Amino acid sequence: MASKLTRSNRAGWLMALPGTTLIAAFIILPFFLAFAFSLTNQRLASPNPTEYVGLENYRELLGLAFFTLEPERDDAGVVVRDKDGDIKYPRLRKFTRNNPDFPALQGKREWFSWQSGDNRQVVLASDVVFMKALVNTFTFVFVVAPVQAGLALALALLINQKLKGISLFRAIYFMPVVVSIVVVSLLWQFIYSPGDGLLNNILSGITFGLFEPRDWLGNPSTALGSIMAMSIWQGVGFHMVIWLSGLQTISPTLYEAAEIEGASKRQAFRYVTWPGLRNTAVLILIVITMQAFALFAQIDVMTQGGPLDSTQVLVFQAVERGYGKQDISGGSTISVLLFLIVLGISLLQRWLTRERT
Amino acid sequence: MKRNLILAAVIAGSFTGSAMAQTELSLWYHGAGSANAEEALVNQLVEEFNASQSDWKVVIETFPQLAYNDAVGAAALAGNLPDILDVDGPIMPNWAWANYMQPLGIDEAKLEGYLPGTIGRWNGDVYSVGLWDAAVALTTRKSTLDKYGIRVPTLDEPWSLDEFNGALEKIAASGDFEYPLDLGMAWKGEWYPYAFSPLLQSFGGDIIDRSTYKTAEGALNGDEALAFGEWWQSLFENKFAPGTSQDAADRDNGLLEGKYALSWNGNWAALPVVEAFGDDALFLPAPDFGNGSKIGAASWQFGISANSEHPEGARAFIEFALQDRWFSAFSDGTGLIPVTASAAAGTKNYNPGGPLEVFYDLSKAQALVRPVTPGYIVQAKVFEKALADIANGADVADTLDAAVDEINEDIERNSGYGH
Repeated sequence: MASKLTRSNRAGWLMALPGTTLIAAFIILPFFLAFAFSLTNQRLASPNPTEYVGLENYRELLGLAFFTLEPERDDAGVVVRDKDGDIKYPRLRKFTRNNPDFPALQGKREWFSWQSGDNRQVVLASDVVFMKALVNTFTFVFVVAPVQAGLALALALLINQKLKGISLFRAIYFMPVVVSIVVVSLLWQFIYSPGDGLLNNILSGITFGLFEPRDWLGNPSTALGSIMAMSIWQGVGFHMVIWLSGLQTISPTLYEAAEIEGASKRQAFRYVTWPGLRNTAVLILIVITMQAFALFAQIDVMTQGGPLDSTQVLVFQAVERGYGKQDISGGSTISVLLFLIVLGISLLQRWLTRERT
Repeated sequence: MKRNLILAAVIAGSFTGSAMAQTELSLWYHGAGSANAEEALVNQLVEEFNASQSDWKVVIETFPQLAYNDAVGAAALAGNLPDILDVDGPIMPNWAWANYMQPLGIDEAKLEGYLPGTIGRWNGDVYSVGLWDAAVALTTRKSTLDKYGIRVPTLDEPWSLDEFNGALEKIAASGDFEYPLDLGMAWKGEWYPYAFSPLLQSFGGDIIDRSTYKTAEGALNGDEALAFGEWWQSLFENKFAPGTSQDAADRDNGLLEGKYALSWNGNWAALPVVEAFGDDALFLPAPDFGNGSKIGAASWQFGISANSEHPEGARAFIEFALQDRWFSAFSDGTGLIPVTASAAAGTKNYNPGGPLEVFYDLSKAQALVRPVTPGYIVQAKVFEKALADIANGADVADTLDAAVDEINEDIERNSGYGH
């Protein structure tokens, strides 16, 4: 390969030039700029000079602290309880706000806590919103990647048959992919609408009114799940097509041979189809993972990260900070962290799915 | 560059048959494709200005509102700002601070008698001036209030906190409406600080301490702000108002369809209410939560960009626009509030006895501009998120503390924003 590239090939290089220039200008350069900005206090618009701040941005995003909150005790040293019998704790803000005895807690907020004996163990974060975005993004990826890949495979198997009108089904399954994600998000907002939205109506219809209408996007416990379901619906058609192309590269003679050997449908799938789809599977897994990490439009249109940060995700936060709050350095820092995360996971996937010889 | 422009203008002038060479001035306007007559009126304004004198020729370029601020930011980075800028009132200090704009240089005596929200000041200088203002009122029907025996409040005697809560309780208890109060939670973005921060101010709090503009501590998380937060949360806990997942269509039509009894809405939405309810329509002042009844002020305004080569031309254009007949024309075309009392007298809706007259008085008596600081862009976002979180049940004190921390950190990172 290397010899081909170095050999005199001016026309080839010339033809690659426009594309390479554009990629360099709009992808490679901004990529390095993001690294550089994340070490400064760069603003979108400001008369103040940009200053180098080292790893300050990273510290502000990733800072964690651990704190044991002891219950309030009366003069006799007995734990104070309220009328329901719950233990009363002093407010955390006593320790985190301008308390010179606890400099490590200054400006941090409670991320989560648990009970241990009479005490409450609290994990505090400098940037709780970022931490929640991180957890939500991973949740989204770990649910969407396998479910979407699996559903797409099932659909691909279903439509990989010679039936009358099968191309109609192919078109229907593929349709959501062609529609802009912003339009899809708006439509699903109507579907999820609280009270008399489409989903609530259908569910109460088929349960004869037993189902209580829900505020799907307005409830912290259902918001992220609703967005996952809608994202899978939108993206599944695209990966179905990739699976389908993989299925069609498998030689029919292999299936004929399996049939002659007396293999069942399940055995044919296990020993012919699945090994034949190996490379397709690796591709699909990596593509879905990367797409899922880039989740943005649905959040921006449907929930803006709410309610109560239950749908905050990394890319939305990067845009919100960089553009909305004019903090280019903060947005860049999130982008760099996201890049490292995706890179790490991609390498891990490559390693897990490597060819074993 | 200058010579080229003049040359171009000369050539263009000779083609159009104009007798004198006019110097071109560029104007950027945010309202491309706006539903009402605003865009057409701005174009008419430009045409009449160009015809009225022979020195300057304003060339207008319109942008969709969503892309406008980004376009200005990008043009500023590239050094390509137009001569005349259209700017949203609360954003102006940010642009002035970031050196996008220069002081107007218009004699302030000319701005006497203008509604307070229409004059944009930063660091003692006037940077922008508006041809209209907007106001918010509690919209309802007289018959609704009569039915539940609720007093009709006036500018001099608005509802108190207890009276307001009592009214909401009464209406909620009747079960006649889905919700007694519509706050417009469906309208994300600038609506939150514009419509709701005056309520906080009426409680005695604020988004930021306006005496120094250096900290939000005590203003946004003091006792008054906590009281506001608790009250705000109670509205949603008691099902007095629909929360952040309110359907946008309900926001627009809920009052007219009878889903809501009261709606906290702007004067731009007032005409359909008057059409639907006629004399029964009521536009009420905000309740007085302890520190007077307050509403927000300032809409889009005109200013001069910092790198304009012809500020005197830009000034001439803006001075030409500052006439009662334009204020009246914009008000008639868009339903917005005219800037002066004399202009109001010549409008369809704001003349004495007109259907929307009350908005002019509201704007004059109670309007308070949003914090005049370059950091407002960030503070508005932080405030919006805090109010949404509290509405969704977050702990009031912790949420407001976090908002204060974020605002203060941002001020610090920007070396005090030039205050």
